[in-house]
Amino acid sequence: MKSLLSEAWLVASKDLRIEARSRVLTNQVAPFAVLVLVLFGFALDADQRTLRMFAPGLFWVAVLLCLLLAVQRSSAVESADDAATGLRMAGLAPAAVFLGKSAAIFVQLLVLELLLTAGIIVFYGSSVKNLFLWLIAGLVTALAVATTGMLYGALASGLGVRETLLPILLLPVLAPVLIGATRAYDDALGAAAVDGWAWTGLLAMFAVVASTLGALAYGALVED
Amino acid sequence: MTNPTSSVATTGSPGSRALGLATLAGLVGLLVLAFVLTEPDVRIHPSTGQEIGQFDAVRLLYLHVPMAVITYVAYSLAAFASAGYLIKRTPWWDVTAHAAAEVGTVFCFLVLVTGSIWGRPVWNTWWEWGDVRLMTTLILFLMFVGYLALRRTAADPRVQARRAAVVALVAIVDLPLVNRSVEWWENRTLHQKSTLGELKIEDLTLFTLMVGFLVFLMVFSWLLLHRFRVGWLTLAAGEHQVAAAIKERRAEADGSGVASAVGETS
Repeated sequence: MKSLLSEAWLVASKDLRIEARSRVLTNQVAPFAVLVLVLFGFALDADQRTLRMFAPGLFWVAVLLCLLLAVQRSSAVESADDAATGLRMAGLAPAAVFLGKSAAIFVQLLVLELLLTAGIIVFYGSSVKNLFLWLIAGLVTALAVATTGMLYGALASGLGVRETLLPILLLPVLAPVLIGATRAYDDALGAAAVDGWAWTGLLAMFAVVASTLGALAYGALVED
Repeated sequence: MTNPTSSVATTGSPGSRALGLATLAGLVGLLVLAFVLTEPDVRIHPSTGQEIGQFDAVRLLYLHVPMAVITYVAYSLAAFASAGYLIKRTPWWDVTAHAAAEVGTVFCFLVLVTGSIWGRPVWNTWWEWGDVRLMTTLILFLMFVGYLALRRTAADPRVQARRAAVVALVAIVDLPLVNRSVEWWENRTLHQKSTLGELKIEDLTLFTLMVGFLVFLMVFSWLLLHRFRVGWLTLAAGEHQVAAAIKERRAEADGSGVASAVGETS
């Protein structure tokens, strides 16, 4: 177990180092996230009251769109110069590679969630009413979508149509997460009177199942 | 049918033709029963005396419900065959999974369409976002659309089969949610609980519904059989092309081929 976690840490730190040096997250994905929020504002042509009401859903749609970019990026890093083969030949356990790469996406999503929260506060006039729920729901949702995204990223990797295939495969699976996370943030942001903790519990279950399934299936998916 | 290289000229056979004719006859019989012989749903309101009910819209019951059950059957078969492929790694399981998923997706689409048509007069809407069964069915449909998109990629057949099997096994988790949604979220659905399970229908209505199940099972079997054979022939054609290409390369590698390859003229 210790070995698995240390190997996962190696992979995660490698991916995060690449992101820190390439600055794709800060220079491209983060501006894209803010742009999505702004476009929602234009498209809905709404006043802040309406935007505040829809802010939880718009927030998580923006996160899912950014997730697609993060997963594509995570796969692209391994495709360049056939780095995936190098990773396999390094003798790392496939489960560790899966957990490590998921952890890197998870960290990136947390950064984006922070940025998007600031975005909905500034642009939509939202406010965080329940800080603890906002934090926990944000963490478990990021974990759920990062592990699911990584699993489906592996499914689409190495295919010529990866960029177009990934959204078709991934987004329907994440639809329940979108519903649950929106309800949880409805409560955390005070947009609607729902039990956000119940939805957060469901999201946590989804995250555990996705992490376990992904760790078990990843080896079979990347074998050639 | 054990060897993919065996030569089969057509997907039809005497047995499948007989099944096709029986299915066609069954469909005609079902349509007559559903749209002519059974009664519309008309009741009298106990206090106002007005006619209430679903009227002729109830006839969609005989199409929509059997097709929904066949969708369950098809996707369950796809998941079972996908698991079989991951264990056995033989093409038979893979082709079966692909065929069942494709036919299942056709049925799932028809379930959504007939449900929408039925919903317009009965629920007064083509689409109800708050209905859990509708949502879970839509998600199931979209997941298998993704499965079929994966199947259309030009990946190595073994890689494609392995990945598709994982997608099918993840997607099938949604099936119990679709089926049990009317019980688990009874306040979040416009669908009624199973009338069949509680035997709230009887006589010709029940008979027609049973005929519907049988006829759509025959439609599914016929489509599955032909789709399986198409898949098997595609596999055989692929292997034939590989074999032909190897033969061609070997022919090129004889004396003159080698000489020309190294730049010597004969």
